[in-house]
Amino acid sequence: MSNHPLVDVRHLKQYFTVKSDMLTKLQLKAVDDVSFTINQGETLGLVGESGCGKTTVGRTLLRLYKPTAGEVYFDGNLITDDNINHYRKDMQIVFQDPYSSLNPRMTMADIVGEPLDIHGLYKTKAERRDKIAELVQLVGLNSDHMRRYAHEFSGGQRQRIGIARALAVNPRFIVCDEPVSALDVSIQAQIINTFEELQAKLGIAYLFIAHDLLVVQHMSQRIAVMYLGKIVEIGPADEIIEHPVHPYTQSLISAIPLPDPNAARKRHRIILQGDVPSPLHMPEGCPFRSRCRYATEECAKVCPTLEEVSSGHQVACYHPQG
Amino acid sequence: MSETTLLQVNDLRTSFFTDSGEVKAVNGLSFSLERGKVLGIVGESGSGKSVTAYSLLRILTDSGRVTGGQVLFNGENILEFSPQKMHSFRGSRISMIFQDPMTSLNPVYTVGNQLREAIRIHTDRTPEQVRERALEMLQLVGVNEPEKRLTQYPHELSGGMRQRVMIAMALACEPDILIADEPTTALDVTIQAQILELMQELQHKLGMSIIMITHDLGVIADICDEIIVMYAGRVCERGTADEIFYNPCHEYTKGLIRSIPTIGANHDKLIPIAGNPVDLLNLPKGCAFASRCDQAMKICLTDAPEEIRINENHIAACWMNVKKVYDEAKEEESK
Ligand SMILES: Nc1ncnc2c1ncn2[C@@H]1O[C@H](COP(=O)(O)OP(=O)(O)O)[C@@H](O)[C@H]1O
Ligand SMILES: Nc1ncnc2c1ncn2[C@@H]1O[C@H](COP(=O)(O)OP(=O)(O)O)[C@@H](O)[C@H]1O
Ligand SMILES: [Mg+2]
Ligand SMILES: [Mg+2]
Repeated sequence: MSNHPLVDVRHLKQYFTVKSDMLTKLQLKAVDDVSFTINQGETLGLVGESGCGKTTVGRTLLRLYKPTAGEVYFDGNLITDDNINHYRKDMQIVFQDPYSSLNPRMTMADIVGEPLDIHGLYKTKAERRDKIAELVQLVGLNSDHMRRYAHEFSGGQRQRIGIARALAVNPRFIVCDEPVSALDVSIQAQIINTFEELQAKLGIAYLFIAHDLLVVQHMSQRIAVMYLGKIVEIGPADEIIEHPVHPYTQSLISAIPLPDPNAARKRHRIILQGDVPSPLHMPEGCPFRSRCRYATEECAKVCPTLEEVSSGHQVACYHPQG
Repeated sequence: MSETTLLQVNDLRTSFFTDSGEVKAVNGLSFSLERGKVLGIVGESGSGKSVTAYSLLRILTDSGRVTGGQVLFNGENILEFSPQKMHSFRGSRISMIFQDPMTSLNPVYTVGNQLREAIRIHTDRTPEQVRERALEMLQLVGVNEPEKRLTQYPHELSGGMRQRVMIAMALACEPDILIADEPTTALDVTIQAQILELMQELQHKLGMSIIMITHDLGVIADICDEIIVMYAGRVCERGTADEIFYNPCHEYTKGLIRSIPTIGANHDKLIPIAGNPVDLLNLPKGCAFASRCDQAMKICLTDAPEEIRINENHIAACWMNVKKVYDEAKEEESK
């Protein structure tokens, strides 16, 4: 195995320009200096509240958006505008909403076959058909339903179609952007298992984006926590959930609704005051300080950077807890 | 019906009459709500949670109709109320909050306008008193800068803030019962925690009963005195939170609990429920869950299970419990 990570994201920035009214344009720092790595066959969970920049990280790293700054290395190679098409096959994405991400007028066979067409991955019609059947079975769908349209499938089945489509080009890495958030729990468990089985079988690495921390802990070896465009804490999954150090991570984890009445009675929720500030009017210094009960003057000056607190566990905070 | 029972629902049935046939959304639902308690209704999407709430409030759409059962409030069947009586009942005894606050908030009026309106309809107060009450309500639900909020439009508020305003409006009439339909589903977890904490606090302060509807087993475990698990418009089981989570007696509930990851360093494989939800246009004869149940027996396919009392805090509608009693008796005999 190579000694570099499969995906290496360095100082990634994505600033959007948005109009606040007719005349003024403002800069929205959706992703602001984010760095992380993902190894082959590994899952990195990415969590944080809506609007903190998770989707933008995923899309910018795949160069679906041109980064404002920063580099992404795939398997040791710097990705650029010129060579990205070469790497498209290796890096795929699965979206949250199986309803809107699939064209309702296409059949299952066409949806799964499209990437094969785009990348010319077959020689004969028969080979195409076999490949599609293999993919469909791989994700647990019934190959008798090839000619059915997307809208004829249930939510969980549509998500499987989305996964089969992503797998068509033999990717080594998939950005999973809230792939189970819209599903009922019993169906969610089916899809989570499918992701895990595919990883075990094919050695695919995932960036697994979700807001459900229990799902993320279950899926991931490591977890990164984002707040207002920045990673505030990153480390081994169990350690992040059981011994969070950043005050934001602590409150996030204390707020998880626990499906266990005894545990729910025992735990103490750390209720955050107020809302996330607007990314258009970011406070100076630490982005979390307006809601942080440990904030001091220091926090208002310069934004803290990630520092190691234990092996592989980093936190961006002047007052790490615990 | 005991002294403390506020609402008693008996064999409630609600259907939608559509072009493709009768959609049987609620199929013989019975439960009671005690004064000052929080009752949770949990189930996956399409299990009939919202339709149950709409039936209680009689706010079903045109194609929907309650086809049977009773909803007794203080002994009176509200399904027989005249439209006028129902209207004032909704405004004074029972109110509802929704997942999307914009269902109850009008985007073209200020928060103050709508809140004052809600207060004015249900109470005799002078304009000055109404204004004061509006401020008081906003403070009660923890809205910061309440004076300023009164002059703002709903879209100027954050999601969490809008949810608080909607709760203030729902509580303005001092209802005996608050029905909350997925009130935190659209919110982020830290905001969800704020709203759940608020609801618990208000419940203690004001003493109303709450029917908390959600698909989230975590939310339900956190705040409910009693829980109903629904599937295909029926009660699977009903019991205290401890009974439901630590002694589930319906195969569907067991399946749900096995499907969710637990907190802690536990990466055991999840055990999903096989198959897909049942088709309400063609409900099976026996147990609605039988086709997805890996324990299903012959009787499950032919006879809908009866409610069986497990203990004083727990009822379940699953034939497995009868089998268990049977097996135990047999074992006893053979000893
Ligand atoms: N194409 C875009 N143009 C302008 N702003 C955007 C765009 N996409 C996302 N944003 C903004 O960037 C921030 C991060 O969004 P997103 O990455 O979608 O967050 P998340 O996925 O964590 O909910 C938000 O404030 C969002 O409004
Ligand atoms: N207006 C309607 N017309 C036809 N069917 C409906 C209507 N409203 C709800 N239903 C059906 O009733 C069932 C129960 O819905 P609902 O109570 O909304 O479920 P949930 O438990 O997700 O709240 C669903 O199968 C739904 O499709
Ligand atoms: Mg997103
Ligand atoms: Mg509903």
